[in-house]
Amino acid sequence: MEYSLIFTSLLKIFGIIFLVILPMVSYSVYAERRVSAFIQDRVGPNRVGPAGLFQPIADVLKLLLKEDFTPSGVNKFYYWLAPCLAMMPAIITIAVVPFGSTLFGVPMVIADINVGILYVFAIASLGVYGIVLAGWASNSKYPFLGGVRSSSQMISYELSLGLAVIPIFLLVGQLRLTAVVQYQIEHGWFIAPFIGDWTNPAKWLLAIPMLVSFLVFMIAIFAETNRLPFDLPEAEQELAGGYHTEYSSMKFALFFLGEYAAMITGAAVIVTLFLGGWHFPGIPDGSRGWIFGLINIAVFFAKVTALLFFFIWVRWTLPRFRYDQLMRLGWLFFFEIALVNIFLAAIIIAYFPT
Amino acid sequence: MALYVPRPILNWRERMYLPAIVSGLLITLTHFKNMLLGRTKVTMEYPEEKPDSMLPDYYRGAPALVRDADGRVRCVACQLCEFICPPRAIKIAPGEIPRTDRFGKVEKYPEEFDIDMIRCIFCGMCEEVCPEQAIFLRKDYAITGFTREEMVHDKDKLLEIGGVMHGVVLKWNEKK
Repeated sequence: MEYSLIFTSLLKIFGIIFLVILPMVSYSVYAERRVSAFIQDRVGPNRVGPAGLFQPIADVLKLLLKEDFTPSGVNKFYYWLAPCLAMMPAIITIAVVPFGSTLFGVPMVIADINVGILYVFAIASLGVYGIVLAGWASNSKYPFLGGVRSSSQMISYELSLGLAVIPIFLLVGQLRLTAVVQYQIEHGWFIAPFIGDWTNPAKWLLAIPMLVSFLVFMIAIFAETNRLPFDLPEAEQELAGGYHTEYSSMKFALFFLGEYAAMITGAAVIVTLFLGGWHFPGIPDGSRGWIFGLINIAVFFAKVTALLFFFIWVRWTLPRFRYDQLMRLGWLFFFEIALVNIFLAAIIIAYFPT
Repeated sequence: MALYVPRPILNWRERMYLPAIVSGLLITLTHFKNMLLGRTKVTMEYPEEKPDSMLPDYYRGAPALVRDADGRVRCVACQLCEFICPPRAIKIAPGEIPRTDRFGKVEKYPEEFDIDMIRCIFCGMCEEVCPEQAIFLRKDYAITGFTREEMVHDKDKLLEIGGVMHGVVLKWNEKK
């Protein structure tokens, strides 16, 4: 029993990290370049392989073979630690996200722990340490400014990030992420009240605070993953690359890929919390046969991919916020909106006990 | 004196910014869609498509020597182009044509005519200065090589690029 648990867990970890997440990370870099090119009426990388599909492999080879340069003035220990800290939390967070129903009776989540969302927040906010340490250890003013910006950006956005999801857990009653998905299967997706029993008026009323928390959470995830319009820590035009200015070779690549891994994790969390996880109306779960288990996993990653496209799309549409605008937005608007939203959701839940 | 730029006064709908963000997203999505469906055509993918047919008549490509209708190299080795050439890319070794030759009265011809294409700046002054209309800038633009020696166009190469030009200057005809 114990051995089979360890074996399936290891299999899931290796499968999800090496077969899904890491290829997705490198191909989201490719997608970013292609989509940005298309949005700007360019062509983008199309030379390596069919339609440029081998470009990520070529990029990785290039980055691995480059000189790994360590400037003399840096604090060596933290300078080496920072890239790992940027990449790791993003990958660890995926452990609690249910990416499928069951496959051959094995639940498709690496660690189904009962503090699910707290774990996600605790680990995901560690990612900022990578950036702050990189900025500080580089002993250079541009990375330092990037690190400072990142830390203050984080404290202004983590609040609304945490507050935005409270309505969901008021409704679900558990912090376990599989429970959130199960609730959405039974009662319809949180931001799509027309799925499931759509005649229930409480659902339509609840969809209002859910939509608000979806927007706030999504924007906070944008800030959390340092994506435009909130990519102040790496602002190329102002900070010459921000916190990773002094990095080269694979250490730089780790920052770069860490950003995309964080994006994928963020998208996976959004999908789990608001978009019904691996559920799609009309498709049964894995207990009806392994083919449905595979389809559930495919549905989950299709949703994640659609959100990733949205992330990229927003990046190439909106300009960067000025620093004071970002702080004002975080502290004066989203914090208050999230707070009021909690009360609104609580009142609706109190009047329509499910 | 400070200059005050008046800020636009926004109504509540504009102050929400969300409609503007949505319309911006729709603009970029339109560009993405048009590109995906192949409706936008901006980039020329160079080695597959070439701009040759679009080059204007005044295009200045690689300089080349030409022969006239009789097959004689038009150049008379006057060395004006060598003298005018701003980057000094042209090197000419003049030779003498014997009296008995059909074109004996031309007197000189280039034994060697080298243009260093690493130095050439495609300014076209050699073409302008040539009294014989013997050197022309053609439409060849992709001049490449692996070594410096390969990049020096000698007389044969220049004539190969140039070809035959049926020009208006016929002053060396034997009848005149």
